[in-house]
Amino acid sequence: MAINLKVNGHSTHVDAPPDTPLLWVLRDILNLHGTKYGCGIGQCGACTVHLGGQPVRSCVTPVSAAANATITTIEGLSPDGSHPLQKAWTTVDVPQCGYCQAGQIMSAAALLAKTPHPTDQEIDTAMGGNLCRCGTYVRIREAIHIAAGNKKPSGATAVEGSL
Amino acid sequence: MPVSRRSFLHVSAVAGGGMLLGYFDPKAFAQAPAAATPPPLDPNLFVRIAPDGAVTLISRNPEIGQGIKNMLPMLIAEELEVDWQTVKIEQADYDPKYGTTQWTGGSRAVSNNWLPMQQVGAAARQMLIAAAAKTWGVPETECYASHGRVIHRPTDRSLGYGEVAAKAATLPPPDLQSVQLKQPAAYNLIGQPTIGVDVPDIVRGKPIYAIDFKLPGMLFACYVKCPVFGGTVVSANLDEIKQMPGVKDAFVVDHGVDVGPVQKGDPGLEPGIAVVATTWWQAQSARKKLNVKWNEGPGANQDSGEFAKTALDLSKQAPQRTLKTAGDVDAAFKGDVKVLDAAYAYPFISHAPMEPRACNARFQDGKLEFWSNTQQPGRGRELVAKQLGLKPEDITIHLLRAGGSFGRGLTNDYMVEVGYIAKKMGVPIKLLWSREDDMTHDYYRPGGFHFLKAAVDSSGKMVAWRNHFVSYGDGETFAPAAGLSPTEFPFGFVPNFAALCSVMPLRIKTGALRAPGANSQCFVMQSFVDELAHAAGKDPVEFRLALISQGPGENKGYNADRIRGVLQLAAERSGWGKRQLAPGRALGVAFQYSFQGYFAHVAEVSVSAKKELKVHKVWVVGDVGSQIINPSAAVSQVQGGVIDGLSETMHQEITLQAGRVVQTNFNTHQLIGMRQAPEIDVHFLKSDNPPTGLGEPALPPVMPAVCNAIFAASGDRVRTLPLSKSGYTWA
Repeated sequence: MAINLKVNGHSTHVDAPPDTPLLWVLRDILNLHGTKYGCGIGQCGACTVHLGGQPVRSCVTPVSAAANATITTIEGLSPDGSHPLQKAWTTVDVPQCGYCQAGQIMSAAALLAKTPHPTDQEIDTAMGGNLCRCGTYVRIREAIHIAAGNKKPSGATAVEGSL
Repeated sequence: MPVSRRSFLHVSAVAGGGMLLGYFDPKAFAQAPAAATPPPLDPNLFVRIAPDGAVTLISRNPEIGQGIKNMLPMLIAEELEVDWQTVKIEQADYDPKYGTTQWTGGSRAVSNNWLPMQQVGAAARQMLIAAAAKTWGVPETECYASHGRVIHRPTDRSLGYGEVAAKAATLPPPDLQSVQLKQPAAYNLIGQPTIGVDVPDIVRGKPIYAIDFKLPGMLFACYVKCPVFGGTVVSANLDEIKQMPGVKDAFVVDHGVDVGPVQKGDPGLEPGIAVVATTWWQAQSARKKLNVKWNEGPGANQDSGEFAKTALDLSKQAPQRTLKTAGDVDAAFKGDVKVLDAAYAYPFISHAPMEPRACNARFQDGKLEFWSNTQQPGRGRELVAKQLGLKPEDITIHLLRAGGSFGRGLTNDYMVEVGYIAKKMGVPIKLLWSREDDMTHDYYRPGGFHFLKAAVDSSGKMVAWRNHFVSYGDGETFAPAAGLSPTEFPFGFVPNFAALCSVMPLRIKTGALRAPGANSQCFVMQSFVDELAHAAGKDPVEFRLALISQGPGENKGYNADRIRGVLQLAAERSGWGKRQLAPGRALGVAFQYSFQGYFAHVAEVSVSAKKELKVHKVWVVGDVGSQIINPSAAVSQVQGGVIDGLSETMHQEITLQAGRVVQTNFNTHQLIGMRQAPEIDVHFLKSDNPPTGLGEPALPPVMPAVCNAIFAASGDRVRTLPLSKSGYTWA
């Protein structure tokens, strides 16, 4: 059945069974591959997108539930990759394999939209559903604080250790 | 690769007047399967200089998240004297011409590439200087290279690399061994943090992973295997499945694998059912309606509880084999000594990279082309050729960034599966395993059991160590990654030593997981050493230092001084023995030599009466030689190793019931989250040794450091991982 979706500012019709997870509509039909498949059961957060401004796990969100709502994916977070989080993620050199990071950034963006200057505890809560198999949590926290203006990036940001 | 003396450089011109440079390793050809005609003598392409001066550096090894794609080109760029911000980095395809080390694993990338990549860069620099000197008619000695230009010192004239590249391409290349490398004091780039070259694409969600790759006309496949390893299809409702929305085909792959008492590293194409559809979700929806009658085969009666019982039985019998002995342990136990017995165990665990197995293939005109995230493309090509009856030279592998790997991509079962499906279908195919497929058909880190007995004398010195290791295997063959190095610590540091073993059959696949061997042995050895320290009434750091000084040890490459260095510094940085901590809060220490790296960790934890655990901070000191190439990636690897280790410590366990893997997803095989990630202090102790890798050696000490801290904080000695089995939860 045809479903109307508003993805990253564009309206589009997709023909898919209503129970198809939004993730697979984005990836296989709309060719938006930035949103990742990790678990399929809403456990890892790699598939996080914004639905009406709220972070949702697109792997367990039926496409019918997204009809006519505003959907934002990592590709639409900023026109040119200049969202403060995207910049901070780069400055801090957050990713290792990078696979989970689109989901991490989307959860962080939803947090900052509501809570512009989050505390560590608020970050823990908002990011709790996003797993990183490589273990980049220390840098994710750092990047969120930098994007929020809670702290300045220092030259040594990328090197918390010593040599 | 260690570049052989017979390696030589090869240069060639590019259309329009540029230069290509690489080196040719005759050994790589010698080891390549025989072809009808010898391969052409074209160079490996590591450096490409366009007429406009644009420099492209090619990274040959697969990138699985450790930063190889920065590290290898940085080594070239340093010697080539080009600005990092201006160079373009490209991922190489798999090509036997890149030599036998075009793979990622074993933390080998640094040691295999440290000199060769610098030599490639230095040779290119030398030739560009020679070309400019010829152009000017001046001696080469009056010229030097800087920022992508050659400068004539006396006159301050300069020529860009692009302007002299065409001429350089006509010059005879220098012998790689004779090129002059820079002194470390002159490094501009090595030792400076660089941002991962793919990070801008990652934060924008660009399609750079195998799961993202798409070709026109591509179809999507699921591959359904028996829940019991090696089980074969008796019958299935394929006619019904073929009628489902979007399904293009569904068929049985009637291959068989040998399910003996010990598995091979790569069993080959496992039997199963392929479901091919227009979208992956259609394929996945259809496979959920599959009704398969399986012949489960000999693996169907396996059970984790039975493994533990068998291990206990075996521990009470004479060991089947002796791996290593020194002195006389039995005599030593009869002396005036304090003897400790303990049984340690650790579970099977799954790699579970965030990107489940995904691979793309196209079969056309008798040739098979892959777009893969494999760690070992050479082995993949061999396996596919053998299993599908193709010539290796008819198989091409393009390397895509892997969404994690941790050793999973060392084995290429999924490449064979997609190759088979693509060959049959004749259209491009993407095979994607579901998370459940990934977790239930892994090459697991093998579990194991250690029955230990050791003695300290009245002065508190360790005098005897006996380990009856019960593992999986058949006769003298351990299951893959299920062995014990005969010279594993504390061999060489204790006068009376015996490493003994017994094995039981295992009919599931096992393989290397990040820091294989060490990731389980370190927990056992460093925990039991800790028990001995406490039994001797000694401080755990002092006890270890004393033990190290009992060396020098016979272990090849095991340098006791380097262990001492990191251990002392980790103790110092953590304030070991100098800080008063609240009740229920304590430090624990552990060290390990693995994958050429020396690491010591101190963990500070709190434990409540209800076994709620908080890891406050982990101090890590590592000695991986004289140089940290990219400090940003290096620190990241250590932080990641600690966090990975904490997930293994608390949560991870794969169990078998009726031959089936019980855990299917991240809800039952868990990773720690943001809240549990501790503060991590990373320090590299530079030593006068060749630089070595960091993907693995920072992980193993995490588990025993935490468990030793738990004991210090609470008096509870945990001898079985994961901690959750003993009732621990995160605070």
